[in-house]
Amino acid sequence: MTAAPASAPAREAAASGSTLLLILRLRTFVALILVFGFFAFAAPNFLSAANMVIMSKHVALNAFLAIGMTFVIITGGIDLSVGSIVGLCGMAAGWLVLNGLDLGFDWTIQFNTLEICLIVVAIGVGVGVVNGLLITRLNVAPFIATLGTLYVARGAALLSSDGKTFPNLGGNPDYGSDTFRVLGAGSLLGIPVSIWLLAAVALAAAYVARRTPLGRHIYAVGGNERGAALSGVKVNRVKMSVYMFSGFCAALVGLIIASQLQAAHPATGETFELNAIAAAVLGGTSMSGGRGRIGGTIVGAFVIGILSDGLVMMGVSSFWQTVIKGLVIIAAVVVDQAQSRLQARVVLQSQAAVGR
Amino acid sequence: MTDAPIGLSIRGGTKVYPGTRALKDVDFDLRMGAVNVLVGENGAGKSTLMKVIAGVEELTEGRIEMDGRTVRFRSTREAERHGIGIVFQELNLFPNLSVAENIFMAHERTRGGIDIDQRAQAAATRALMRRLEQDIHPETPVGDLRIGQQQIVEIAKSLARQARILILDEPTSALSATEVEVLFRVIADLKAQGVGIVYISHRLEELIRIGDTITVLRDGVVTGARPMAGVDVPWIVRNMIGDASKDFPREGSAEFGPEVLRAEEVCLPRQGGGWLVDHVSLSLREGEILGVYGLMGAGRTEFLDCVMGQHPHAGGRVLVGGVPLEGDVAGRIRRGVALIPEDRKRDGLIGTLAIRENLTLSSLRDFARLGRLDLRAEARSALDFVKRLGIKAASVENPVLSLSGGNQQKVVIGKALMTRPRVLLMDEPSRGIDIGAKAEVFRVMRQLAEQGLGIVFVTSDLDEVLSLSDRIVVMANGRITATFDAAEADAARVAQAAAPTLQEDAA
Repeated sequence: MTAAPASAPAREAAASGSTLLLILRLRTFVALILVFGFFAFAAPNFLSAANMVIMSKHVALNAFLAIGMTFVIITGGIDLSVGSIVGLCGMAAGWLVLNGLDLGFDWTIQFNTLEICLIVVAIGVGVGVVNGLLITRLNVAPFIATLGTLYVARGAALLSSDGKTFPNLGGNPDYGSDTFRVLGAGSLLGIPVSIWLLAAVALAAAYVARRTPLGRHIYAVGGNERGAALSGVKVNRVKMSVYMFSGFCAALVGLIIASQLQAAHPATGETFELNAIAAAVLGGTSMSGGRGRIGGTIVGAFVIGILSDGLVMMGVSSFWQTVIKGLVIIAAVVVDQAQSRLQARVVLQSQAAVGR
Repeated sequence: MTDAPIGLSIRGGTKVYPGTRALKDVDFDLRMGAVNVLVGENGAGKSTLMKVIAGVEELTEGRIEMDGRTVRFRSTREAERHGIGIVFQELNLFPNLSVAENIFMAHERTRGGIDIDQRAQAAATRALMRRLEQDIHPETPVGDLRIGQQQIVEIAKSLARQARILILDEPTSALSATEVEVLFRVIADLKAQGVGIVYISHRLEELIRIGDTITVLRDGVVTGARPMAGVDVPWIVRNMIGDASKDFPREGSAEFGPEVLRAEEVCLPRQGGGWLVDHVSLSLREGEILGVYGLMGAGRTEFLDCVMGQHPHAGGRVLVGGVPLEGDVAGRIRRGVALIPEDRKRDGLIGTLAIRENLTLSSLRDFARLGRLDLRAEARSALDFVKRLGIKAASVENPVLSLSGGNQQKVVIGKALMTRPRVLLMDEPSRGIDIGAKAEVFRVMRQLAEQGLGIVFVTSDLDEVLSLSDRIVVMANGRITATFDAAEADAARVAQAAAPTLQEDAA
């Protein structure tokens, strides 16, 4: 580092700027603490262990989707189809548990829990592949491509049962599918299985983002697609992988919901995509691509989750909840803008100290 | 010409940005009916001075006077009302709108303030285009025009607003030679009409040719201001960068290694017939600097793109070390070819990433073990290149766009070098950077060649190609029209070969 002596006032200004910058950078975390602290006082039973478990299960569902969404948004895209993939994958899981796969000739294949999970995940990833192919090969804008698959997947979910619910997904011990409910209802060391799963996926995602070439390529594609391509980044492959990963996350959510409720309803997951986008944006992901962090997204998902559960516990009307959620998201983006302006200034100051 | 009336003057102009002083007590007189040339390295304060005159920025101290009265421009609108027009180096056009719509943007000719008078706008646009000697239809979307033509549209925009003072910030950086001639005629024409022109450029011969007065800035201070008569390049350079003259001579005799790159009949069809790259064959040896000279649209950039595998429809073969190049960019980079693109911001850098991340983007696999990046090794390596290339950065973690143009260019070069290339393709490596940075870039190129790298560099600067190349290839209309050894090349013959009209003779 070529540190040049800066004048004392300039150093002070830079120091105060960077303190403010630090607070702004941790704003989602500050928001989380504020929200948490507020409800700890205002909502009865908020701090009870049972409530924590329930709340974290709620948050986990959105957090899965938001992690997948974050990668997509960092590449400069958007995935509107995740809510529908949740619905479709839930129905697929329900169908496989209840009916197995009918081959005709009165032959039916029944699957055990692991096989069911793998098939359902393959379906979710498959929708992601379709999204990716539409976007990379046919040059459809991500918004339109995933809007299309949103409708198709939702329609397919409704068609699978004629709009009815698959009930009683208890599974059958003879086929080895009675363990299906563990995914949503089981727990390990007192912590729900879905939370363990979330931790695993989140850690893996954060690792990919920070420590692998693929992660770096994801940021590069979102920052400047042409530049990335000319630097040897395989842009299409990067885009395919983020949509596939988003589909994978949505499939997990579909499985978990079906397992938790022991039922699969075709309308499950409607507007989930919007919550996922909100969590990502709240966590500092830039909609114009190139910027975002998995950690921020997780915190963002917790802010949204705790906010809505806490308001329910306080007995605030659900209509007001929606208004409040909207205001929080807008506030987050406004602060985000302030931060990037301040950040640019601090960097310019340090650059000015070095000279041109 | 120096007795021309002063239309605008700045007295004691100081502009302080947080942390820096961009202008220090600057006095500047803008003479009407004359070309007022302004030169200085990047970051010397030229742009700040122009922004002050155009109302984009306000002076921290000092005052602006027009016709003996002090004026203040709080916005570009106010400056515009005083008859000041500016053409920024970075074009401010809407590619999706037509030429006429762009020219009258925010100044639409209307009937009753609501209905846009398309016909009047089109007629006025046609008149402007006639004046600028351009055959551009008013309804053409600006995005369909070449960069040079877009620049003409930008100039027409200021003309349409009846500017009395016209600021041109590097107007010729994207123009072909013929377009430059047209621009110079337009400037002469405007001068005769009493318009005061401020002309900023890095091309020194150009300045001497058309300027009436010259003002040199260095580090926010005016280091020289005088009538143009008697000014020569060494005088300008001395005032711009101090005493040390910057030259980039070859050290020692040229010893080239074996052939490292060979292009055989590379061709790229043009949409609607003809060729963008017309059966180009050339060869490059290790340690050799091959200068490709040509005007805009001569097919130079397209040729480099073909080598880099950017055009799936390209014909012909490119061999590196005797083995044909195939496949995508990543594969070609691995074979030892690296491109430094012409447009840094658009193609060279990832603006959202830090300096370190930009440097290592093409060579990430070198830092990955079992898919895991060794961040410490990466940072070490980035810091090493920052030092080797003399990139002036407070920290490698700073955003790459916080650097000045020359340092950004060095980051792009660093990124290419980190892939340990055998062949370096450089497209206008000195575009938009100041003389000091240019000299450093050229010195780096020399060093690399001495280390055995083969370098192909494309330029439209005659001086550059003559002083830096071991061999010169001239392109026009997608074809190679001449090849010179450095010793036998002279400016007149190279320029002649590059003129597009000579294509029949060459063929």
